[in-house]
Amino acid sequence: MDPLSTLWETFFDIDAMREALPEMLTVGLPNTLILAVSAALLGSVLGLLLAVAGISRSRWLRWPARVYTDVFRGLPAAATILLIGVGLAPLGMQVWGPDPYPLGILALSLIAAAYIGEIFRSGIQSVEAAQLEGARALGFSWADAMRLVIIPQGIRRVLPAWVNQLIALIKDSSLVYFLGLVASQRELFRIGQDYAATTGNESALLLAGLCYLVLTVPLTHVVNWIDRRLRNGRPATTPSDDDQDDDLASVLPVATEGDRR
Amino acid sequence: MTTATTTSVSLDVRDVHLAFGPNRVLRGVDLTVPRGATACVIGPSGSGKSTLLRTINRLIEPDRGDVLLDGRSVLGDDPDALRQRVGMVFQQFNLFPHMSVLRNVTLALRRLRKLGEDEAEAVARAQLELVGLAAKADARPAQLSGGQQQRVAIARALALRPEVMLFDEATSALDPELVKGVLGVMADLSAAGMTMVVVTHEMGFARQVADTVAFMDRGVVLEAGPPEAIFERAEHPRLRRFLAQVL
Repeated sequence: MDPLSTLWETFFDIDAMREALPEMLTVGLPNTLILAVSAALLGSVLGLLLAVAGISRSRWLRWPARVYTDVFRGLPAAATILLIGVGLAPLGMQVWGPDPYPLGILALSLIAAAYIGEIFRSGIQSVEAAQLEGARALGFSWADAMRLVIIPQGIRRVLPAWVNQLIALIKDSSLVYFLGLVASQRELFRIGQDYAATTGNESALLLAGLCYLVLTVPLTHVVNWIDRRLRNGRPATTPSDDDQDDDLASVLPVATEGDRR
Repeated sequence: MTTATTTSVSLDVRDVHLAFGPNRVLRGVDLTVPRGATACVIGPSGSGKSTLLRTINRLIEPDRGDVLLDGRSVLGDDPDALRQRVGMVFQQFNLFPHMSVLRNVTLALRRLRKLGEDEAEAVARAQLELVGLAAKADARPAQLSGGQQQRVAIARALALRPEVMLFDEATSALDPELVKGVLGVMADLSAAGMTMVVVTHEMGFARQVADTVAFMDRGVVLEAGPPEAIFERAEHPRLRRFLAQVL
């Protein structure tokens, strides 16, 4: 066989792909999604807490948030996953048994929280101070004003960056294989890797890669779509300057006319 | 516009001082607004007019002095409760852009006044009707002109049935042709008996609507009186100079 077709066979062995595909779809894909989605949820909740702590007036909240973010953003994801997955295993053993899966989700969440926290914080801080003043002037407490007015606006502005973080999470979920998952817990990468290791053929791994792309590429388009929509506003009626749509424009000269409707 | 009027109260600002570091923004401001009266505060920019308004509803706490509603000091009250009694309208409207016009008005009704959804909407729609914007209830603020946005902001404040209304240069950010509609709403409100403090550069409005005009300069009220006295018989040279510049 000539080298070129050997190379082709190594990556594009359709039979090898076909063999791996069922397990990829029934085991790998669900596991990848479970890992990524639960870490995204937990990471976003933790990230929001970090963001609020990060802009708090109390240094006792600000400081720990800062340190946390620096540590978890600064470590390689693989190191964090191993440290938490192995380091906390004795603790996890007492809570849910020898299963490394929850610790994998926890580690992914803690890493994601550091990034998402920074994303949310920048969004919240970008909301004009006048919005807070407007809400406070209505009688809302600082906490209510943040919750109802500032945070929803801030998060909306950074949704594209947040979706980018979800893409990173989908990819990083492959790293939990370090923790030694049982067969039914293997995610996309691990299944591809296992087939590749036993057959000496990379096609299954390539298939795993394609599965990742099927998940991540649409998300990048979601990012672009949200971005465009945030930039241009929702498709809607155009702003109208028809201030003449009522009889108020002529009120001033007859200002003493009290109840006009 | 009779709805918000029965509850209005008198407002007294007594010897209010405020400094930001070495910058003494308010240096003993006195202002008396009887129940149902409208006071217009005029003066050059940087004279402390907007800051004065913010000390009245305690968005900024004064260093010294007192603020009285209905003859009673409010400096010991819960500031959030106080701000539900004192409505404020801002130069830049400060509407919440992520909510519909209707929700801008119902938000405080529901969360602070604990009204049910139907009741809050009914109050909000009635208030929007009064400012001529009932048809825009479902629009987003960004879809409205500046003048319409400001009228929504007024409706939002009035929906809480305030006892005093503060206007901070409510028309300064508007295109000239949109100013009248907003001033009209304010004039109506004044005529209906709301106690109002209006910081404004609209001298025509001050002349026609105000019961009292107060001229502020460098953190104090230099001269105050009925509009005729201020505009026709100004005593203080700095007030005369100011009027010569703006009229």
